[in-house]
Parts: sequence; C-alpha cells; structure tokens
Amino acid sequence: MIALENVSKTYGMQLALAPISLQFATGKITALIGPSGCGKSTLLRLMLGLIEPDSGRVIFDGQVLSREHVQRIRHAVGYVIQDGGLFPHLTARENAALLAKFLQRGARWVEDRILQLADLVKLPLAALDRYPQDLSGGQRQRVGLMRALMLDPEMLLLDEPLGALDPIVRSELQTELKSIFTHLGKTVILVTHDMNEAAYLASDIVLLREGRVVQRGTLNDLLHHPAEPYVKQFIQAQRSLVTEML
Amino acid sequence: MKIKTLWFLLLLFAPAAFAGATLIVGSKRFTESYILGEILAQTAMRANEEKVVHKQGLGNTGILFAALQSGSIDIYPEYSGTIWFELLKKNGAGDLAALNLELAPLGLGAAVPLGFDNTYALAMLDVRAAQFGISSISGLARKPELKLRMSQEFLNRKDGWPLLKSAYALPFEPLGLDHGLAYEALAQGKIDVMDIYSTDAKIAKYGLRVLDDDKHFFPSYDALVLYRLDVPGRFPKTWAELQKLEGRISEKQMAAMNAEAELEGKPFSAIVADFLASETGQQSAGGTNNNLLKLLFAADFWRLTAEHLLLVFVSLGAAIVLGIPLGICAAYMPAARQMILSAVGVIQTLPSLALLAFLISMLGTIGVIPALIALFLYALLPIVRNAYSGISDIQPSLKEAAQSLGLPFFARLRLIELPLASRAILAGIKTSAVINVGTATIAAFVGAGGYGERIVRGLALNDGATMLAGAIPAAALALALQGGFELLDRWLIPAGLRETTSA
Repeated sequence: MIALENVSKTYGMQLALAPISLQFATGKITALIGPSGCGKSTLLRLMLGLIEPDSGRVIFDGQVLSREHVQRIRHAVGYVIQDGGLFPHLTARENAALLAKFLQRGARWVEDRILQLADLVKLPLAALDRYPQDLSGGQRQRVGLMRALMLDPEMLLLDEPLGALDPIVRSELQTELKSIFTHLGKTVILVTHDMNEAAYLASDIVLLREGRVVQRGTLNDLLHHPAEPYVKQFIQAQRSLVTEML
Repeated sequence: MKIKTLWFLLLLFAPAAFAGATLIVGSKRFTESYILGEILAQTAMRANEEKVVHKQGLGNTGILFAALQSGSIDIYPEYSGTIWFELLKKNGAGDLAALNLELAPLGLGAAVPLGFDNTYALAMLDVRAAQFGISSISGLARKPELKLRMSQEFLNRKDGWPLLKSAYALPFEPLGLDHGLAYEALAQGKIDVMDIYSTDAKIAKYGLRVLDDDKHFFPSYDALVLYRLDVPGRFPKTWAELQKLEGRISEKQMAAMNAEAELEGKPFSAIVADFLASETGQQSAGGTNNNLLKLLFAADFWRLTAEHLLLVFVSLGAAIVLGIPLGICAAYMPAARQMILSAVGVIQTLPSLALLAFLISMLGTIGVIPALIALFLYALLPIVRNAYSGISDIQPSLKEAAQSLGLPFFARLRLIELPLASRAILAGIKTSAVINVGTATIAAFVGAGGYGERIVRGLALNDGATMLAGAIPAAALALALQGGFELLDRWLIPAGLRETTSA
C-alpha cells in the first residue's frame, strides 16, 4: 500500500499540489485524471522521489520515502512515461535489461525474463535488437512496459503511457493493458486526461483540479453523484460526438 | 564500449621511453648559434657519445642560461662578452679566468675559445677602403669627408658610439640607419662606413673590409663553450673531443658558414658536417638544398613527427582525463559551473608565448614539460565545454527515466549520460586535437621539438622553404587527425545515436 500524507508542492509561485492525502490499496487500479496542470504528474514524480514535497510525506508499506530508501523503493516500482522514455543508445533488449544487469542478475535469468515479457506485451522478437528510433510508437511503449516490469515490481506507475499514439494503436494497447493488468494483479496508478481510458482501465478514478482532489470514486459515482458542478463540466467536455451520434 | 574506451586511452598514454645518459646541447635563435650548437652536437657524436640531443633555437640568452643552470641543457655556445656583461652583470674587461671564477659558484664553466670574436666592428667596401688607404679605425679620423651611418642600437649604447668617438677622436656626427639596409647602402656607395658584427654572413658577399680595432676599443665577444661543471665527468669522451675545437674557427670561416646558411640555404647539419670533415679531408655531399621535398623529408622528419605526436597526444590525454570530469562538475554543480567555465575560457585568451614564458619561470625548466602544460591548458576549453553542454543537453525526461529506474548517480553517468553525450564529448576532443597540432608548433621556441623546430629555424634564417617544411606536415597532421577522429566516431558513438542505422 502507498499513502500520501498532507503532501504539497509549489514550483516557484505556482501551486502544483495543495496539501493532499491519498491512499492506494494493494492490487487496485487507480486512474488520476484532470486537465493539464492539475498536479497529476507531480503526484507520480513525488511518489518516485524524483521531486521532494514541500510538506508532508510519502509512505510505502509503512516505510517513509527518504533518501536512504529511495533506490530500493524505485526498484520495487515500475515507471512508464509517454513514448516509453527509452534510452536511444540502447537496443530494446538492452533498455529492458539495463537495471537487471546493473543489479547483476544472471544472463540466463535476464534472457528468460525478456522473452517472457516480450510475449506478455506482444513485442515481436525481431524488434528486441532494434534501437528505439527504428521501432514504431506502439513498440516503443511495449518496450517501456517491459523495462518497468523487468524486476516484477509490486507497483506500476504510468504517466500518460498512450499519449503519443495514434487512435487505432491506442485503443489496441488499451485492450492489452487491461488484460496485462488483470493478469498481473499489481497495484497500478495511471495518469491520463482521457475519461474513457480512465474508466476502461481503472475501477477507481481520482479527479484532480488545480492541485486538489475534486472527487474520488467509480465512473458511476462521478456521473451520477458529482461532488461539485466541475465534475459534470469535465465529463461533458470529454463527450464524444461520434458516440452520441451512434 | 568500455573496453574500446580503455584501449583508446591506453594509446593516448603510450609512454615515451627515455633512457641512458644524454648530452643535451642548446642553441639560441640566430643562425650562428644554430651552427655552433650543431658543431658541438656533431663533435659529441663523433666522440661516440651514447646519445646527443641538440635543442635548437631555444630563445634568448636568459632562457638558455636558466636552462643550463637547471640542467635542462648541458652545454651551449656563448660569447665571453655576453657572459661578462649580460649574465654576470659586470663592467670593464674580464678574461677567461675571471669568467670562470664568477661562473664556478653557479656550477658552470666557460672553456674552449673557438677562435673567433663576434663583436661590433666598423666595415667599409674593400675597394673604397683601398682607395682611401684605410685599414684601421684610427685611419678614419684622417678622412672627415667619409659618410658614416650607425645602427640605432650602437648609436645609443653608452659603451657604443659616444665612447668610440672619443677613444679614436673621430670627427663624425653619424645618423642612424637600420642594419638591414646598411649593406645595400654600402654597396651602392650611399654611405662609406657602417657598424656590423664581425662574423656577419654578408661581409664576403658585399666585399667588405672589417676595419682593424687598433686601440682595442671593442670588448671581445669570443665564441666559447658554456657548460655545466659536471659535463667533463659525465661525458669524458665528448669533453676530450671538444678540446680539439679550440682555435679552430676563424672569423672568416664563421662568416662563410653563416653565409652558407643564410644566403645559400644549406642545412645546418650539412654545413657543420662539411666543416668538421674539411680537416680530415672527407667533404660531404651537402650542397645547397632549397628543394622543398628534400627539406620536408629531411633526416629529422621522423624525429620531429614523433615529438609532435607526443606533445599533441600526451597533452590531449591529460586534458581528456581532467576536462571530462570538469565538464561533468559544471553540469551538475551550479555553484562551480561559472567558475569552471570562465577559468578554462580565460586560459584560452592567454597568448601562447606569454604562457610559455610564465611556465618556464615558474618551473625553472624549458623543454617538453612547460610545452605539455601549455598545450594541456589550451586543450581544456573545448573538452570541458562540450562535456558540459553534452550532458546538460540530454532530454530531462531521459534523465528522469534513468533516475526512476533506481540507478545510483555514477551508474547513471556511466550507463546513460556519458554515452548520450558521447557525440558532443568526442567533438570537443576532436577540436582540441586539431587545435593542439597547430599550437604545438610553438613548443619549438622552448626546445620541446616538433615540426615547429623547422618553422623557428626558417624564421631565424628568413627562409620560406624551411618554414613551409614545418608548416605543411603540421597541417597534414591536423587533417589526418580530423579524419582519424571521424573513424573513431563511428566506433565509439553508440549505434542508436547515429543519424541512420543499418536496421
């Protein structure tokens, strides 16, 4: 379980997060949603110790995220960003194996794990030896997911993982992500700005605006019991003309 | 990638082997000193000395004297008057015994007067002198209608013209004339008498008569050997052979050798070989040598190339070893950034000769060490700047991705950031290497060798061909290095960072 206790963050004069408290239960899939600048990415980066909160603390399984624990906690968390965040000087295989090799896992173990994950994320084996610039956008995202899953972390953090993909690949990957999440049964926190994606992948939705939580609940709660008028406004702004015409 | 980098660094640091007792001969930056230095060096070689190095054209008297005292050189040709007045700061006259009395506490000695005196002298056209019946300076006093011109230096020295005028009661008030124009003016009859050096190369060419200093006014500038007192003990064979040079070179012979170098462009080594062989009757096939190709691939070509490469690569290697960490510090430590970047920037603006002069006085030595330090300092800027910008230009999202994996700082640097910055870092090294090839030519001014030796020699002789023989290989080496680094790029820059890949 991961918990944020009264965590706040400002960048200069700009408030990114008002003091916020949130808990994410083990094995649950949560989507953080909201407009740009609402603080959803800041939340993920705080949980990884990439930035430090101005106040409050982050707690992993009862342990406060601090300088001495941060590397160990990062090893237990898989992080996927937009377009995969792959290192351009390494092949797909090297990207995925980087951390395992640094931690001196055996070559046989690494290779077995790579093949297992390639199968899980449906990456063609031929793509393993290509450099990121020679992979398609969808393939890059699959490799990013392999890299995050390499050490079988307890938790997955995904920051707009499908943001850079065209609609067909995106919907294909949404389907696959859902089956992977179901298959793995891990704690997942997903950042997105797309309500359809959030509702499709997550049972638990947290709507953020200007650094604070507007409402947390299921899609049903948000649709039928909006906490404030903004919830309705946000959902309506996301309506699909095409779906309405169908 | 790691192994390749190691090999690359190993190649850079391939140590140069120095061994055995080496007699190091120095010389100053003018023709006569080059020739005399070469005479000492070749004499030592004829004495079968194990290893002899002639560091040519080291600069002025002060540098040579400092080098001799510090042991950077063992021996060099000097003039008695220069030692007495300039180095020991004495007045009046000092003979060889007096010189040695003063030099001994410094651990130095003067010996082997070579037989000629390169002093100030007055000269006129031989035919004109005959016409007036003049053979000595006293003779001038009887002919007040003669037109005299003196060099500015001689006119204004306290021990120059004013004293000469009163010593000989000369009835002239001469104007100044540049030394370079004096010979033409004499030849065209525009002037009658001029001050010269008694071994000038042009005396014979213009048919001049050097007037006898019958009242012994001019102090003597006897050419002799200035040496460290440990030389006779360390190099007994050479020392014995050098004694045989005593009184061997007349003013006329010296002037003739100067003329061979300056007017005919004959290489110093050939002039000296001929001179030393003349006694034993084995004339070498020296001859004039203005052919650029011959000059280019003269016997010293490979030695100069090796010296030049050593200068460039050792200094570059040191600059890489220090410069990359400095660039990394500048990228990660905002507090140190400004200091590091401005420090390496300021170094770049120092004129090379000023930096060398400063290093020589600070280190108390000439030669390879100050040259390497200067080159190392000049090589820093491109390497530090490129390492700094290469690392700071990495996309923040990639830096964060590396961090979020849970890799510690040095692992991120080694596995992610340095490879991502490798293209910029190599470009910096390439720039430094190419600049260093050019800058290394100034090393010759402090006796560190390299292609600059030919450029310096060419400057001393005003000989364009010799200068080109040094400049062309330096330019070629710069181009070759540039090409070499292009190949190295392909080998060292990770495939995924190149413009296109084979996939």
